[in-house]
Amino acid sequence: MINPILKVSDLSKSFGGLQVTKKVNLSVNPGERHLLIGPNGAGKTTLFNLISGDLASDSGSIIFDGKTVSKLPTAKRAQLDLARTYQILTLFRKDNLISNVKLALLGKMSLRWKCWGSFLYESVLDQNALVVLEKVGLASKAYLPLEQTSYGEKRRLEIAMALAQNPKILLLDEPLAGLSTEERETITVLLQQIDRSITILMIEHDMEAALAFADRITLLHYGEVITSGTRQEVVNDPRTKEIYLGH
Amino acid sequence: MASQVLIAAIFAMSLNLLVGYAGLTSLGHAGYLGLAAYISSWLTVKLGWSHASTAAIAIVGTTVIAGIFGLIALRATGISFLMITLAFGQILWGLAYRWATVTGGDNGISGISRPSPFGIDLGEANYFYYFSLLVFILVWIAIAIFVRSPFGATIRGTKDQPRRMSALGFNVWLIRWITFTACGFFSAIGGMMYVYYHQFISPHSLSLANSAEMLLMVIAGGAGTLLGPVIGAALVMLLKNVASQYVDHWVTLLGLVFIFIVMFIPGGIVAGFERIKILLLGSKS
Repeated sequence: MINPILKVSDLSKSFGGLQVTKKVNLSVNPGERHLLIGPNGAGKTTLFNLISGDLASDSGSIIFDGKTVSKLPTAKRAQLDLARTYQILTLFRKDNLISNVKLALLGKMSLRWKCWGSFLYESVLDQNALVVLEKVGLASKAYLPLEQTSYGEKRRLEIAMALAQNPKILLLDEPLAGLSTEERETITVLLQQIDRSITILMIEHDMEAALAFADRITLLHYGEVITSGTRQEVVNDPRTKEIYLGH
Repeated sequence: MASQVLIAAIFAMSLNLLVGYAGLTSLGHAGYLGLAAYISSWLTVKLGWSHASTAAIAIVGTTVIAGIFGLIALRATGISFLMITLAFGQILWGLAYRWATVTGGDNGISGISRPSPFGIDLGEANYFYYFSLLVFILVWIAIAIFVRSPFGATIRGTKDQPRRMSALGFNVWLIRWITFTACGFFSAIGGMMYVYYHQFISPHSLSLANSAEMLLMVIAGGAGTLLGPVIGAALVMLLKNVASQYVDHWVTLLGLVFIFIVMFIPGGIVAGFERIKILLLGSKS
């Protein structure tokens, strides 16, 4: 049996009296495309925040790539090659596209402590950032200020920033949210092109696109895992229909 | 007067690192001025140490204390951070005021002489002006290099998107702490220049009003720009020295100018110029 790259065990989190994550167990194998579904308020994004470290868990453990990361700060987890995107765009709005990616690249380099030289003209950063932007089809817009790009392009930039870090696992929080059909198509293709060396855990409501993409699915409801398994198993599960897919 | 502007500009530029680049508004900045000034005055006047060694000790000492303050203040951000820095400023002011055996209390310490590097007597006003200009230019260059570096880019990143910065693997706290300490270091240089200029230090220089004035220079001139704090410092010092000759309540005038800037050119004077430039160039094309 393969060792999972991400193993969440009995993870719990409460905000005051409200328990938003209830003893969640989740196992993701290397290279897998794992889809996290559930109605609004099921605790999907909270689970992402717990895994990435934005929130501290109350109990349970998170083992990533053989290391227990439950108590590590967010930045340390990122250094272990865990990357994420945000449902609400979290970009550097005043900068151009390439600066955003350069900052993402810098996060993993010792260059980030350099107090001299110029961030604008670090040629290594520039070249690598253009390669990443090329992957998401934004190379031609590299030097445009963020304000002059469309929402769909910003969504792609979100993904680019995470990809720039060359992560082992990528947490995608609703990468298709709010996009037109055409833009959805672009991003779906983009996601399919991501190398299998990168494991993907994704939250997405667009079932058509997400189902085609997923190897395995986990269904959350009120902070609990209802069912988890292969795409077919979960789709055929009557509880999935009842809670999520409708009738 | 010109020297005073340059010295004020050094304070404003150093405070700008924190306020403009890291997005952390501080109201305790005059404390650093006081620390450096008191340490150097006390060592020279009371213990008779040489200028070179006291200057070095005052700057290193102030930077170390800034580092310690940072450990505590950076547990918070926003308004809580502001309140903690305010408290630090007031603690130092209180110390200067009450610890009379060392600080001379309300009377302060006077009599620190100006150094004579390479035999140039800085007691001479002209020479002192050139010396101030030199120090100002060096500080300007150092800060310019600092904020344009990759590390400088990460400081701005922590201002705009601290959460994303953490997720990208940056130690946001450490970045802020280094900036906080660097701000203390550059302020200490300003503090040395201040005490050399006035040859006197008293608790009044550490007052909250003084800290607020420095913050005002940064905000009025344009936080987060290199030139802004310098323009702001010039504006405030000009008002202080010129207007006070004609108007009794020059502080009121300063207040009015500040309100005008905040209401009509938010982002400060430098940002205002930029907008006018865009407007003019835009209408031409």
